[in-house]
Amino acid sequence: MDAPDHAPPVRDGVHVPRRHDSAEKHVAGRAIYADDAPEPPGLLHGAFGLATIAHGRITALDLDPVRAAPGVVAVLSADDVPGENDTGPVARDEVFLAASEAAQSGDVHFHGQPLFLVAAESREAARRAARLAQVSYAEEPAVLSIAQAMEAGSRFGTPYRMARPDAEGRDAPQAIEGAPMRLSGRVEIGGQEHFYLEGQVAMALPGEDGDLHILSSNQHPSECQLIVAHLLGLSAHAVTVEVRRMGGGFGGKETQGNQTAAAAALIAHCTGRPAKLRLDRDDDIVTTGKRHDFVIDWEAGFDATGRIHGICVTQMARCGWSLDLSNAICDRAMFHADNCYYLPAVEIVSHRLRTNTVSNTAFRGFGGPQGMVGIERAMDEIAFALGLDPLAVRRANFYDPPDAGGGRSTTPYHMEVEDCVIAEIVDDLAARTGYEARRGEIRAANASSPVIKRGIALTPVKFGISFTTSFLNQAGALVHIYRDGSVMLNHGGTEMGQGLFIKVAQVAASELGLDLDRVKITATRTDKVPNTSATAASSGSDMNGMAVRDACAKLKARLRGFAARHWKVAEAEVEFLANRVRVGRKTIAWEALIEAAYLARVSLSATGFYATPKIHWDRDAARGRPFYYFAYGAAVTEAAIDTLTGESRILRVDILHDVGRSLNPAVDLGQIEGGFVQGTGWLTSEELWWDDTGRLRTHAPSTYKIPACSDRPRVLNMALWEKGMNRELTIRRSKAVGEPPLMLAISALHALSDAVAAAGDYRRYPGLEAPATPERILAAVERVRDG
Amino acid sequence: MQGPVCMILNGQRVDVADVPPTTTLLAWLRERRGLTGTKEGCSEGDCGACTVGLRELGPDGKLVTMPACACILPLPMLHGREIVTVERLAAPDGRLHPVQQAMAEGHGSQCGFCTPGFVMSMWCAYRSEPRPSPERADALLAGNLCRCTGYGPIVAAASAAHDLPRPEWDDDDAAAAPTRLATLPTTALDYEADGRRFIAPVTLDELADAAARNPDATILSGATDVGLWITKRHFAPATIIWTGRVAGLRELKEDDGTLTIGAAVTYREAAARLAAHWPDFGKLVARIAGAQIRALGTVGGNIANGSPIGDMPPALIALGARLQLRHGDKRREITLDDFFLDYGRQDRAPGEIVTAVTAPLPGKGLHLGCHKVSKRFDQDITSVLGCFALTLEDGHVRQARLAYGGMAGVPKRARAAEQALIGQPYTREQVDAAAAALSDDFAPLTDMRASARYRMQVAQNLLLRDYLERTTPGVETRLAPATEGV
Repeated sequence: MDAPDHAPPVRDGVHVPRRHDSAEKHVAGRAIYADDAPEPPGLLHGAFGLATIAHGRITALDLDPVRAAPGVVAVLSADDVPGENDTGPVARDEVFLAASEAAQSGDVHFHGQPLFLVAAESREAARRAARLAQVSYAEEPAVLSIAQAMEAGSRFGTPYRMARPDAEGRDAPQAIEGAPMRLSGRVEIGGQEHFYLEGQVAMALPGEDGDLHILSSNQHPSECQLIVAHLLGLSAHAVTVEVRRMGGGFGGKETQGNQTAAAAALIAHCTGRPAKLRLDRDDDIVTTGKRHDFVIDWEAGFDATGRIHGICVTQMARCGWSLDLSNAICDRAMFHADNCYYLPAVEIVSHRLRTNTVSNTAFRGFGGPQGMVGIERAMDEIAFALGLDPLAVRRANFYDPPDAGGGRSTTPYHMEVEDCVIAEIVDDLAARTGYEARRGEIRAANASSPVIKRGIALTPVKFGISFTTSFLNQAGALVHIYRDGSVMLNHGGTEMGQGLFIKVAQVAASELGLDLDRVKITATRTDKVPNTSATAASSGSDMNGMAVRDACAKLKARLRGFAARHWKVAEAEVEFLANRVRVGRKTIAWEALIEAAYLARVSLSATGFYATPKIHWDRDAARGRPFYYFAYGAAVTEAAIDTLTGESRILRVDILHDVGRSLNPAVDLGQIEGGFVQGTGWLTSEELWWDDTGRLRTHAPSTYKIPACSDRPRVLNMALWEKGMNRELTIRRSKAVGEPPLMLAISALHALSDAVAAAGDYRRYPGLEAPATPERILAAVERVRDG
Repeated sequence: MQGPVCMILNGQRVDVADVPPTTTLLAWLRERRGLTGTKEGCSEGDCGACTVGLRELGPDGKLVTMPACACILPLPMLHGREIVTVERLAAPDGRLHPVQQAMAEGHGSQCGFCTPGFVMSMWCAYRSEPRPSPERADALLAGNLCRCTGYGPIVAAASAAHDLPRPEWDDDDAAAAPTRLATLPTTALDYEADGRRFIAPVTLDELADAAARNPDATILSGATDVGLWITKRHFAPATIIWTGRVAGLRELKEDDGTLTIGAAVTYREAAARLAAHWPDFGKLVARIAGAQIRALGTVGGNIANGSPIGDMPPALIALGARLQLRHGDKRREITLDDFFLDYGRQDRAPGEIVTAVTAPLPGKGLHLGCHKVSKRFDQDITSVLGCFALTLEDGHVRQARLAYGGMAGVPKRARAAEQALIGQPYTREQVDAAAAALSDDFAPLTDMRASARYRMQVAQNLLLRDYLERTTPGVETRLAPATEGV
């Protein structure tokens, strides 16, 4: 194998800031999304009939008015599902269609749950008809909030515990008890709607033998394939799922696309006609899962420098009505309850709460952000209690840098942090941005500004990279070289805008020594690369890049061997150059080599495979190495609040982030900027609001407010950390970038909190909850002023 | 005149006679014309993924190019207008338009789904105005949501487009547009399909007559509310009467110290005039929805639909505006605050139409302060809006009209608070007294936008903010330099 960083100087290979492969198509309106594909004749359109109570049983169901509506071709309920009526990804606890017409029954678990499915000649006809069902319910009391679920003991499984004593063998409560100072607190953290701009959509095309070809907007085609096969009682080989691109995913299409695909597939299966289902935005927000909201309690013992001696953390997460991915998400929240900080004696307990709300799901960061908000709150509140700059307390608690041997590098789950570069990044960022001086200036300026108050905060991020479900850390690729020398690239990763396809294509170009334009990017398909994992956990480039590298290495080995035989030189004398190959003393064009290899009957197609090394996890013992490595970054945010209205603005943000040796700096910066802004939305304006009956009332962009253009920071300075270099042998020594930057936005929450504190002359801790809407900020202003 | 909907689509004349009148432009483009570059993100005019360019000839005969949301526009509203979609922007030989090229080169797209909408908003601005500052870009793009990029690269591209060579093909096309538009009918439209009717009169008399004859008809103005009834509630009325082609309703005029705003004048058309007389009113209008909606939504529609959270009524009520109505030949005029009877109920008879709103131009000493508070600064529906018109004389409050939105089932004056101020010295104590009196005026509701408690507290605090702004000019009282212009 070539040295990791050897790459022939091809055009647009690795490390080049090449634009997104579809950029020209995006801007011209020529990029084809699932709903844009040409519609076949006879296409049916689907719509779900939704439950109008949060919890209870169906006592009577009349679907005849639906059937009688104009344009309706079929009305399907649980009775019509030939296989397993379930779309649950992990536990089979997620009923697909809740109502049975034959049995006149069905259990309802949340307001908006799909009960039945209509197929009609037009989307409009299907949607109109879906509202005509006559449904009677026996309502039961609904468990809606975290508090209600804790009170009722409504949870999935038993609380999961992760704990580690300190070097002296004291457990967390003992260490807290023995510490010079103690403090406890609680932080509430709201959920988040993905608001991918392209809503859930799928089209199913029936083929011969009852086979189905499904175009889906989906981060996990292989799972979609299996779920559809189970639903219809087919073998997986009868179902092909294809995803060219998504109009945004963010975790919201890791499992949540399956319901829509299942619906299109069921209609196609039952009617023999092609079928499409595209959810209206309101239905999309009501029927699909979101980021888990959390309540986190903490109690810490610490010393006068703010260094923690022991900490107990209790995380309570609202999972919704079914399990979905909640166990893995809540595990990751626990894995990030430490963030960048060494916690000598620690206990983390996690409650996964079952509620009569939509089943919460993956969302960029996958529980990590919530876990991190918990410990950052503790750091901030400890600093406030001690009258210290929060940054000083954060620094006092950092994990040791690599090879420091200071004994402060073990996580609560017994993994050694071998690559902790956070202290260096934070020092660099603080110096670049004049953090300390600005903090003083802001405090001085606040004294003479009675209405508008400003605040500043610097927070760090350490994010673990790998699926914590170890078996998911595998990826496959398929690379063909055609006789003209052009290359078709395929792998299991999906493109949702994150730039995975261009990065992996750059890898292929560099591995094969070809200009990028010789490599064709193709849609993800389950019949090209099987048994793939979701494009999630920031792992897309790491894993698929390596799988492609493997396939390319196989092809190169074959070509090298062939060239050596054919031109009678030693294999060592065959060298892949840019678009050419040196064979002994002569250099031949790539195309000539390929043609010669073809004529000599050399296989020009290879699969590639990758399984992430080193990782292991013993969940029962809560011990192991769930992550291959960590990604790091830090941000300083300056924000302002209006103490009369609670409105806020982010004024300036400076980010320094470690992406290792970037595969594509432009794409990585895009992930950082976009992730940061998405994170600020989560922590400021994006509020999910259910009424007392369990009905989500923020189900459209008119009521659910993601950041708009003017919410971006007035000043944003971003830099990739120049020293970045993955210590592990990842693809070209890069680091994952999809999720970590979202958590840089925690600095915005703390900057706002600092501004609120100013309103009370820094005498009381604001205890600002997330999302920090104008209403929550104003309430916090009141609290600090009443003190 | 019975007939088809006649428009220009991407340079070509298209007559449509075969779709129901509630068919949206977006559905028609995507499903009937195969133009899938225009995307559906929300179907309620809030995300901008469906943005298209809308062209018409202004009152002065000049070409107007503005962004519009295709998702909520009933197709017959395109009668006599031109639509430009993203597919039209590149040159015939495939060269990208500067706004497209700048977006592609500047990493302005990630998932790409919002991108055509952004491109169209940027194109409309490119055709109409010089290089945007970052603040101006905020205003131009407030109606387009992006979930991937964080907006920075898009704002940069909106500027960078102006560094690229002029697209001669696009300039030629714009030059030819007035001629194309002039070929379209200028007479009234009476469109019928699928057993449903869409009437678009061109004179006020025709409109009044049509409304009186069809008292059950839905009066459609900008479609920024009715459009949502169609997409979200599957509303399909037997008859729609559209006010947008009535020239007399699109007039904005000043005489005898009175500003008259025709009911079909859009926010976009009214903004500059309002800003000139009442700067805070201008800033308020700049925060109503996004540019795509301000190009469609009308002042009259915002009043006539009776919403408790529309932003025009509180400002106009504070100014002492009067409303003109017409029922057949009968005309009447009432004060604007009298129009709003109760939640969902207005003083308008079936078949009666709102024709104009009038407001006295500012007299000496009068100052209008408008304070909108919402969860998100731009393009959000009001939680609380306070509009305060005070006339001060020798440190005393001679006249006070305080009007609020979001505090009751209707836009409403705070009469108890007004009484606490009128005739009194304008002091912090009197302002506090007025704030306290607000609890006699209002008992607001809790909903997803804000709690009752927050609404009351903010309503009170806004009086204080207004006081500080009038009395202590050096104090910083607002966070945002409101986005620049409309």
